[in-house]
Amino acid sequence: MDVWAPLSDAHRAWMIELNRELQAQGVAIRDGTGSALLPAHLWEVGSHDWERVARAAHRRQARWAGLWLDDLGNGQLRAHAALMKHGGLLVLRTHLEPPDLSLPSQAHAFPAADRIERHAADLYGVTFKGHPDPRRWTRHQAWPPDTFPLRKAFSAAGDPAPATPPDADYPFLASPSPEVYEIPVGPVHAGIIEPGHFRFLAVGETMLNLEERLGYVHKGIEKIAEGRDPESVARLAGRVSGDSTVAHAWAACMAMEQALGKVIPLRAFRLRGILTERERIANHLGDIGAICNDVGFPFANYQFSRLREQWLRDNAAWFGHRLLMDLVVPGGVAHDLAETDAGAMRDHIAALRRELDELRPILDANHSLQDRLVGAGHLSFEAARDLGCLGYVGRASGFDTDLRRERPYAPYDEVTVPAVLRTEGDVAARLNVRYDEINASLAVIEQLLDRLHPGPVLADLAPPGRATEGIGLIEGWRGEVMSYVRLDATGRVARFYPRDPSVFNWPALEQLIHGNIVPDFPLCNKSVNGSYSGHDL
Amino acid sequence: MKSILLKIARVGIVTEPARPYSDSELEEVGAELRTVIDQRFRGSLAIRQVDAGSCNGCELEIHALNNAFYDLERYGVHFVASPRHADLLLVTGPVSRHMQHALKATYDATPDPKWVIAVGTCAADGGEFGVSYASLGAIENVLPVDAVIRGCPPTPLTLLRGLLTFLTRR
Repeated sequence: MDVWAPLSDAHRAWMIELNRELQAQGVAIRDGTGSALLPAHLWEVGSHDWERVARAAHRRQARWAGLWLDDLGNGQLRAHAALMKHGGLLVLRTHLEPPDLSLPSQAHAFPAADRIERHAADLYGVTFKGHPDPRRWTRHQAWPPDTFPLRKAFSAAGDPAPATPPDADYPFLASPSPEVYEIPVGPVHAGIIEPGHFRFLAVGETMLNLEERLGYVHKGIEKIAEGRDPESVARLAGRVSGDSTVAHAWAACMAMEQALGKVIPLRAFRLRGILTERERIANHLGDIGAICNDVGFPFANYQFSRLREQWLRDNAAWFGHRLLMDLVVPGGVAHDLAETDAGAMRDHIAALRRELDELRPILDANHSLQDRLVGAGHLSFEAARDLGCLGYVGRASGFDTDLRRERPYAPYDEVTVPAVLRTEGDVAARLNVRYDEINASLAVIEQLLDRLHPGPVLADLAPPGRATEGIGLIEGWRGEVMSYVRLDATGRVARFYPRDPSVFNWPALEQLIHGNIVPDFPLCNKSVNGSYSGHDL
Repeated sequence: MKSILLKIARVGIVTEPARPYSDSELEEVGAELRTVIDQRFRGSLAIRQVDAGSCNGCELEIHALNNAFYDLERYGVHFVASPRHADLLLVTGPVSRHMQHALKATYDATPDPKWVIAVGTCAADGGEFGVSYASLGAIENVLPVDAVIRGCPPTPLTLLRGLLTFLTRR
């Protein structure tokens, strides 16, 4: 069986037209069909054509979905960019050789590329020519600007100073006049949340501008993955962002299984689907309560955090871990679901549905709550599209991306995933999308339970015997998680790149706060709920 | 309003007994905690949580301490927004090098006497991340640590137990 549904005719036609247009412009494309990068289609292009291809793809309304570099160890660097259209993934690849380690920036064609290119520049020492914002991004002061941690010559231990100084001289956009004041916030925030810095420019209470400064929780994940075996990388992937442990572990495992040409047992696919939907529901329950709490409606917070806690306790009882960590492993899943527990899961789904149906009218009818949510933090469809926003952030602004529907992968090819889409683009819409997605996920879990026939849940993964590579794509609770893994001939990981959806949703926060008041920032931020750890890597 | 009150009444108090755990285990841990806090902290223990580089898993479980099941505040324990109001820092890790200064500054801003509890496997020994060009590993590599609560992440009950063990020993 194939993990992925067949490529749509629409995507095929789109790719043929793009190819024809580029050939007419004199762009040489070497088609890498047959590579192990399934489900992606691979095009090798010259580095000088890097931006031209992006511009043509942008005119044909592709979504920019990621960039990663790779040091091949022979002085050569290799760059990849990911473009999505009609559920199909097109990967561009080019080679860079010293002394010219530069690429034309794709960030003018696709604003989504802005920060990932800066991340790659900091870690590989590649110059992105014409980049609209050449400031450093992931690098603060932990390593000098002329050394590049993801080069193979750089050891994972590095050569750090005993004390890393604060990143005090980052050139933020400064206030243009004494009437506009700057408010610095973070990296240590007032709540129980992750660290990052926000710099506001405000007049009175109104926010004119927000500038994010992230990278505080950069842990060198890409570097320390090198040399690990697949099991160890799956554990690491499960800690890229603790709230998305299933999605990241699955994406990494899918990449490795694709690389090794291994299809896992059917029951394992279905269990992975159930785990992913349970993770989605747990996070959405927590977020709905937290959003309401941020505007002083603790009733909802108590109710939804109670529902979340019950849900997590069920996770612990049925799968052995509240947050479902380390359950998705290379080759399948580490914990099977007992028949009696599957029955209990159905009962608890019915009970949760009753509670949700009871609580929703209470939220909808509460004027003081709706007054704060409706219209707050508006993100336009155009902004969501240009930034490539994923998950509920895009789907609340009419920008529809959902791999489970666009190009189903096992087990989603055998279930119906109800579409959830709104167009208002405000905090209320992001809350309502979450609400509807909980109900959609409950329906998906029920369908997967129907198909959970007995069988093995784990297959052996043999070492490849040759160098190989693979891509994993999973619709996690925040949106599409992408994972690239290159394995050496002994089966050790030579390159691991996990792309969290937060990378594309963080810039949306800078857009959607315009005109809102400073006290509504926590509300706007919670409605997006980007992962700091998943972003910083 | 009526529907809110009805819902509250119907749900009732879920705070005890904590059903899925062995009977009254949570109550016992909590009662001891209350006694210790009453005696040693005059009824109130203020905690400042600091994420020094975690994956956010530990934060999710620390958050859960405030839900209606655990309701940490009933024991006199509350999370404060500023280190200047805190008796205790709950630090998750590993300590990323980019957070080293901010963590130290937060510690320095906390008035004496103060304690530091390292929460989670990464905070205890670096976990999956260890020490690298980007990470300093365990919290004790940066701050004096008074106690460690292990787990990836520690469950809310483990967190409660860890707090109690530390406070009774003090």
